This record gives sequence, C-alpha cells and structure tokens, in this order.
Amino acid sequence: MEQLIQQVVNGISLGSIYALIALGYTMVYGIIKLINFAHGDIYMLGAYIGYFCMTTLHLGFLPSLLIAMVLCTLVGITIEKIAYKPLRNAARIAVLITAIGVSLFIEYGTMFFVGAGVRSYPAMTGLMVQKISLGSTVITMQQILIVAVTVVLMTILQFIVKKTRIGKAMRAVSLDNDAAQLMGINVDTTISFTFALGSALAGAAGILVGVYYNSINPLMGIMPGLKAFVAAVLGGIGIIPGAMIGGYLIGIVEVFVSGYGYSMYRDAVVFAILILILIIKPAGIMGRNTREKV
Amino acid sequence: MNKWTALAQKMSKWIILALTFIIIQLLIQVNIINDYLQATLATICINIILAVSLNLITGFTGQFSLGHAGFMSIGAYTCAIILLRMPTTWGFLAGIFGGALLAAVVGFLVGLPTLRLRGDYLAIATLGMSEIIRILFLNMEITNGAAGLSGIPRFTNWFYLFVFMIGTIIVITNFLKSSHGRACISIREDEIAAEAMGINTTRYKVTAFTIGAFCAGIAGALYAAYFYFVKPSTFGFLKSIDVLVIVVLGGMGSISGSILSAILLALISTILQDFSELRMILYALMLIIIMLFRPQGLMGSKEVSLKIFKNLLSYMPSRKEGQ
Repeated sequence: MEQLIQQVVNGISLGSIYALIALGYTMVYGIIKLINFAHGDIYMLGAYIGYFCMTTLHLGFLPSLLIAMVLCTLVGITIEKIAYKPLRNAARIAVLITAIGVSLFIEYGTMFFVGAGVRSYPAMTGLMVQKISLGSTVITMQQILIVAVTVVLMTILQFIVKKTRIGKAMRAVSLDNDAAQLMGINVDTTISFTFALGSALAGAAGILVGVYYNSINPLMGIMPGLKAFVAAVLGGIGIIPGAMIGGYLIGIVEVFVSGYGYSMYRDAVVFAILILILIIKPAGIMGRNTREKV
Repeated sequence: MNKWTALAQKMSKWIILALTFIIIQLLIQVNIINDYLQATLATICINIILAVSLNLITGFTGQFSLGHAGFMSIGAYTCAIILLRMPTTWGFLAGIFGGALLAAVVGFLVGLPTLRLRGDYLAIATLGMSEIIRILFLNMEITNGAAGLSGIPRFTNWFYLFVFMIGTIIVITNFLKSSHGRACISIREDEIAAEAMGINTTRYKVTAFTIGAFCAGIAGALYAAYFYFVKPSTFGFLKSIDVLVIVVLGGMGSISGSILSAILLALISTILQDFSELRMILYALMLIIIMLFRPQGLMGSKEVSLKIFKNLLSYMPSRKEGQ
C-alpha cells in the first residue's frame, strides 16, 4: 500500500512533465491538424537553455525557467514561420514530413554544437534538496516544484484560452479555420500564438526534467515527445483538459510498470496503450466521435 | 521493322538487366569493386528493396507508415536465428522467406486495425508498433537482448541481392499495374471517392501494407546475412526515417525515383560517413527543403524507362524522312 502511494507520487511528477508537453501537441493539432514532431525537441532545447543559464550564467531556478520559456517561444514561432507556414495549404503528409525534418535538424544541430554527450544539471542546494516524509512515502522538494510549476502554468493557460481575446480566437480557429477568417480573425497570428504557448510549456517541461532527472542529452526529446503525443491522443487530441488527464495517466502507468519490475517494457506499454486507444476509441477519453463529411 | 529487331526491343529490358548483373559480377571478380564498395553495393540494394516497398505503402497507397524498420528487423532476426542453427544455403533461403512471411503476418495483424485510421494517426501507430517490436527484441532471450546476434554466416552475395532486388521491383510494379494496384492509387487520390466507387479501402490498404512488410522482411534478412550481426538499435526510428528520406527524395509514387535516390543517398552517406552528425543535418535539411520547394520529390510520379531511348531513336529517323 505504501509503495502504491509512493508510485502515485512519482507518477504524478512524471505525468506533470508529459502533461506540459502534451498540451503543446494538442493545441497545435487542434488548430492546424499537424503532429508537430519537433515539439519534443523544443522540450530538449528548454532543458539545454536551462542548463546553460544555471551553469554558465549562474542564475537561479526561476530566472532560468523564464529565460528557457521565452527562448523556446521564439524558437517555436520561428519554426512555424519558416517550415510550416509556407505549407498551410499543402497535403498533410508534406507537412508531417517537414515536421520530422525540423525535428531531426534540431536534434543533430544541437548535437553538432554542444556534443552528443550526456550533461548533468548542477546539484540543487538549500531548500531544493529537502524531503518530506509521510510515513514511508517520501516526497522530494523537486517533485513539489514540478507539480507546483505545472499547476501554475496550466492555470495561466486555462485563463488565456478561456478569458482573453486571443484565446477566443484560438478556439474559433480550431473550430473552423475558414469561418474564423471570415469573422475577421487573423488566422496566422493566432497560429503563431498557439505555437508560442505550446513551445513555452515545452521549454518549462525541459528545465523541470533537467532538475528532476539531472541528466540531459540532445536526443532526450524523442521518447518523451512521442509519449506526450500518446498522452494527447489518450485524452482526446485537440482538447486541452484531455491532454492534462492523458499526461498524468501515462505518467502514472509508466511509473507503475517500472515500479513493479518491468522497466524494460515501460515504453512498449505506452505504445500498446496508444494502439489500443486508437482501435477502441480513436477520439480519446474526452473526445466525441465526428463523422467525416464529403 | 523486321521480326528480329522487334524481338530485340522486347527483350532489351532483360538484356540490359543481365548485362548489369554480369558487368558488376565481373568487376567484383577482378576486385575493382573491393570489399568496401561491395558493402556500399549491398546497402544500396537493401535500401532499394526497402524504399520501393515503402513507396508502395506511402507513395502509391498514401498511407504514411513510420514502421518500416520494425518489419525489416523481423526479417533480419528471423534469418539470423535460422542461419545460426542451419548455416547452409537452404537455411539462408528458409531464413529469407521465413523472415519475410513473419514480417508480412505481423504487418497484416498490425495493419488490420490501424489502417482504419487517417494519415497522421497511422504514422504514430506504425511508429509505436516498430518501437514495440524493437523493445521485444531487446528483451527476448532468443535475440540476445541489447548485444544482438553476432557471427551470422555471410550468405548474401551480389547474386542474391540482385535477384531479390529485381524480384521486388517487378512484383511491385506489376502489382501497381493490376486492378488491385489501381485501387490502391485511387485510395491515395481520394479515399472517400474511392470508397464511393465501391472499393474496399481497408482491404486494399492492408494488402499494400502486407506486401510492403513482406519486402521489408526480405531486405532485413539480406542485411543480417551480409553484415554478420544484428542488434536492436540498428532498427530504431532513424532507420525508418532513412527509408522515408529515400522515398520522399525520389518522389512519392515513382519506383525509378526511389531507385535513383537510394543510389544517390548511399553515395552521399559513403562520402559523409565520418561526419554522421553532418549527414543527419543534411538529411533533415533535405527533407524540409524538398517539402517546401518540390513536394513531389525529384521524379514526382514519373518513371524513367527505356522508352526515352526508344523515343529518341524513333524521333531522329522520322525527322530525316520529313526533310
């Protein structure tokens, strides 16, 4: 029982990270129906930016987090402008292939500049190494930090999407691109803004994972990126609360699988979940089935 | 035109094929194509099989698959396991067909549910499938985990490579000329319209997928019996991307485009083999630039054929007659 609670605690911390990345996937998919393969790599860039802020610039955690988010936002917008925008009316498969190209470019470009080796985050000091013990369940400060940052960011996101003009524009464009344009919404700006939001969240997830797991490398974005996509599909792609639920579910399942001795199979289980959900209910947990019309 | 030239024209394809085979075989015999170049040659042939079969799935049927490396690994491991227990030519042939059949069966089982999905879902599902296959090989006893299987006897030579490469190309081009192939192409053009015309889209998608998986299995088996060892990390996501780059560069929907770009990319990677990061950056840029400026690939859906030469030949005399 105690082990169970401990696993849930670990799962929620890992799930927070997946949820943050999945939000970016789901928003971008909702608005331009593109699986942004490069999203996992923006998360990786976030981790590296955080690393350089903390080691080279000797900044604290919060300033590093903000810098990582801002720079990732810029990268996200740039990618959208250069690689995806010219293909707005192209075949879906062409955009998907471009996304894979961008993803490879970021991965190997980073490898070219910083080297392929694993780097470790600076050790945390002071309050950050504290642990809270509840019976035999141990909660580290890092886990609290991850969950706290995630909750704050998700609240801000909900506020932006539900209460602001640009959020309303985002919802309108994802509902019907053409109609939104006819209503005088600047679709290009809205799409850029969606990429900006998603990239900022991915950047935050990157630095959080650096703090939590300590080691980062240029290819670290591939697996979490794919798993976050699975989370987005699980929750119902295009639906923001769905991505959060999906992220936490995937995180908890993964921790349980490795916690009970099958850590070698944890990636396989996540992909098996994906295939199952696609067969049983492709619209996801929160999604509704829509019939395709000619 | 007399009977003999007509016959010669009909046979010209086969004569050129036979000549290609004999010339390269001679070059290997006299060691102008040394071991190093032979490895490149093997890579080219294997990549052509992979690319042509992926082109059937992605280029002609329009189903975006990122799982080709998974099918290749099934063929490779099956052939390796059989060859390690039965190192004879019969074992090799059993390995090739066993591997290909197993890959086709897995392709069929995976394709049946997932091919009902639309484009990008399918991409992720096939990617997930090939990751699951890789993780299984990583954890099974018979495949020796992460270390993989080594000491596989080499049976693949230029003869087998050539036969299976040409065989794959002929089977797939003939399939595409048949009514089944036309049905597949109609699915690519417009799935809803194809369905409305009474084409059982799922059935044809699964057929194309299974044939593609079968050929990828052959490619994997040839790989295992040439390069002495197989390990799970060879068949990761990047291998699928490698094949995809070949298909996209050559043109989705062009068999000869896939062949040309497989040769071109093999030469490029041979030149850049000491700079693997640069090679990947170049691949990535190539994918982006092709999609932005020439989304149909180098060849589009056109094919290079001997007709070009025939047309040139018939064009020149006719002009003389006109003068």
